[in-house]
This record gives sequence, C-alpha cells and structure tokens, in this order.
Amino acid sequence: MTVFGVTLLIALGSFAAGLLGALTGLGGGIVIVPMLTLVFHVHLRYAAGAALVSVIATSSGAGAAYVREGFTNIRLAMFLEIATVLGALAGAYAAAFVPPRALAVAFAAVLLHAAYRSLRPHPDRATISAPHPWAARLRLNGVEPLPDGGGRAYTVQSVPLGFAIMSVAGAISGLLGIGSGALKVLALDQAMRLPYKVSAATSNFMIGVTAAASAGIYIRRGYVDPGLAFPVMIGVLLGALVGARLLAAAPTRHLRTLFTVVIVVLAIEMLARAIQGEF
Amino acid sequence: MAATSTRLSGLLGRVLQTGVGVSAAVALLGGSIYLGRHGTSLTEYGEFRGVPHGLDTVRGIVRGALEGRGRWITQFALLILIATPIARVALSAVAFARDGDRTYVAICLFVLAMLLVGLLGGIG
Repeated sequence: MTVFGVTLLIALGSFAAGLLGALTGLGGGIVIVPMLTLVFHVHLRYAAGAALVSVIATSSGAGAAYVREGFTNIRLAMFLEIATVLGALAGAYAAAFVPPRALAVAFAAVLLHAAYRSLRPHPDRATISAPHPWAARLRLNGVEPLPDGGGRAYTVQSVPLGFAIMSVAGAISGLLGIGSGALKVLALDQAMRLPYKVSAATSNFMIGVTAAASAGIYIRRGYVDPGLAFPVMIGVLLGALVGARLLAAAPTRHLRTLFTVVIVVLAIEMLARAIQGEF
Repeated sequence: MAATSTRLSGLLGRVLQTGVGVSAAVALLGGSIYLGRHGTSLTEYGEFRGVPHGLDTVRGIVRGALEGRGRWITQFALLILIATPIARVALSAVAFARDGDRTYVAICLFVLAMLLVGLLGGIG
C-alpha cells in the first residue's frame, strides 16, 4: 500500500482508539497495537512506539477537558504518580531479571478476574463512607461533577493499597510497554472506591506521565517512526477530544460495561502475544 | 481550597491544550511535507530496521527539523507532545508553591526528578 493510503487508514483507526481510550481511561494502545500488527503488518516494535504516542496523545487531548470539568482528581493523581514513576523505573531496571512472558500471563489473569468481578451486581456504594486517614491528610477527597451541573462529594478509601497497585502498574508499563491504564482504573475504581468517571479521568491524566517516562528509551531505540506516529497522533487527538465531550453525559453503567469488554479484549491480546512469544 | 483547585485546573487545562495544539500543528506541517515527497511510495514496516539516522536523538531531530525535513519536523512535534505532561508536572509544582502547599510541591518535584532521570537515561 502507498504511504498516503496507509496514513489515511491509520488515522481513521486511531480516531477510534482515541475515542475508546478517553472514555475508558486506558489510553488507546490496546487498539493501536493489534490494528498496526494484524491489519497493516507493522513490526511489533514500531507498533509499540506508535502505542506510546497514542497514550500520550489521549492523555493530553482528553485531559484538558477532564481537568476543566473537574472529573480529574489532580492531587490524587500527583500523589499516585510517585508510585507509577518509581514502578516504571524499577520495571525498566528489572526487565533483565523478570520473564516478561510470565508477567504478561499473570497480568491477563488479573484482568480477567477484574472483568468477572465487575460483571457481578454492584452493591450501591455509600459515597460518603469514612475516608482513609491519609486521604484527609493529603486532601484527596473530592467532588464528582454531575450532568445536571451539580456535584456529589466522594471520599478516597484504601490509599496504601491503591498506592501499591499503582507501583505495579508503573512496573508493568516499564516491562511490557502497554496495559498500565487498566490497572490504574482498577486501583482507583475497585480499591480506592472513586466514582467511575473520576477513575477514568484520573487514570487518563496519569498515563501521559507514565508513558513520558519511557518515551526517551523508545525514541533512542528507534521504535518511534514519524511516518506511523503522524497519523496515530492526529487521529488519536481528534478521537480523544470527541471522547472527552461524551464522558460527562454518558451513563456510568455503559462506561463500566465498555471498560469490562475492553479489559477482556486486552487480556486475550496479552495471552495471544505471550503464546506467540512476542514478549 | 475550592478556589485554589479551580485555579490549578484552569492552569493545567491551558498547559495541556497548548501542548496538544502546538504539537498537532507542527505534526501536520511535517506530515504534509512527508506526504508531499513520499506519499506515493510503498510502506515498509514489516521488518524492524529502527529509524533513519538522526530521528533517534534530540540533537538529530532538531537539526533535521531546522532543515525543513518532513519526518524530522513530525518527530519534533512528538517531542513537544512528550514534553507536555512533564511541563504540567513542573507547573503544578509552581502552582502549589504559590499556594504554600509544601507537601504537594515536594511530591511534584520528586515526580519531575524521576521523569528527568528516565528521560536522560534515554535520549539524553
């Protein structure tokens, strides 16, 4: 195919990736990698470079709207970024000792378990349960914007557990290159008990920083090819801008279902890649 | 407290929007030059060969971009995109400092330092 045709088609696929990434807080790498490798027969390393670009583009593209509308919990994101950047650096260092294949399989198992848990009926959460003591000290509790213009206060639970899961999320992004957004949403949503939209927006805000931490290494190794990065970046940015507009009005139930479907697909993708020996 | 976080979110929203807007504009410029010159060639991404010389270091990217080469300009746009989340961490530190929130200044500066360690370990 000619460069022109490929550029156009990749930009269209990337639009979908940005849309999905913004709505779920996952970033869009899960769409970009299989699209480039399976449809366009791009080598996995170039695909990984393009996925990194898509994560940063989704994060900043949707981030501006989420921050302004008040969905993003900025303090919590900053605090937890300590865990993700330390995890990412440790992961890059540990890459020599940890078999990435075993890690990919374990990660897939975690995702499938999380999907199974989210299928069970959710007991209505008491949004004003007592916060974790650290949440008060670090002023992490916040208010979720509602579609009618009002807000609903929420508290943050299990800060140490959330911090621990975030370290693992950072390490996984350092080791495997993708998938850290899924663990971030799970830590925020299931461990720290934030409202779902706040979890998605806060994860979206954080993934850009986690990805930026490994961007230098990716560029240095020649994974980031501008011919692919260009349509990915433009497509993802437009998709993320549209996704950010949809989040506020979208019913939480649908967003949760979308997230569950996407993490099951991600788990299958990780297993397939592990079986094919791509890690 | 509420006023503080509104100001912070306004600042961070502007940082993200500016970074995205500038990098998208530069990428469109670089991409158009690239497509104009190579749009009808065939793509070759099936085998991993790295990237053309100079696209893998900051110095090489800046030099190529100044010469008006399409892919180098696009790669420069990516550097702006990557710098955007880093800039928002740095500006958060400034905003928290203005509010006298020392805990969060320390948190932001720590994250910023770790990010720079990671980046300097790469493209330096």
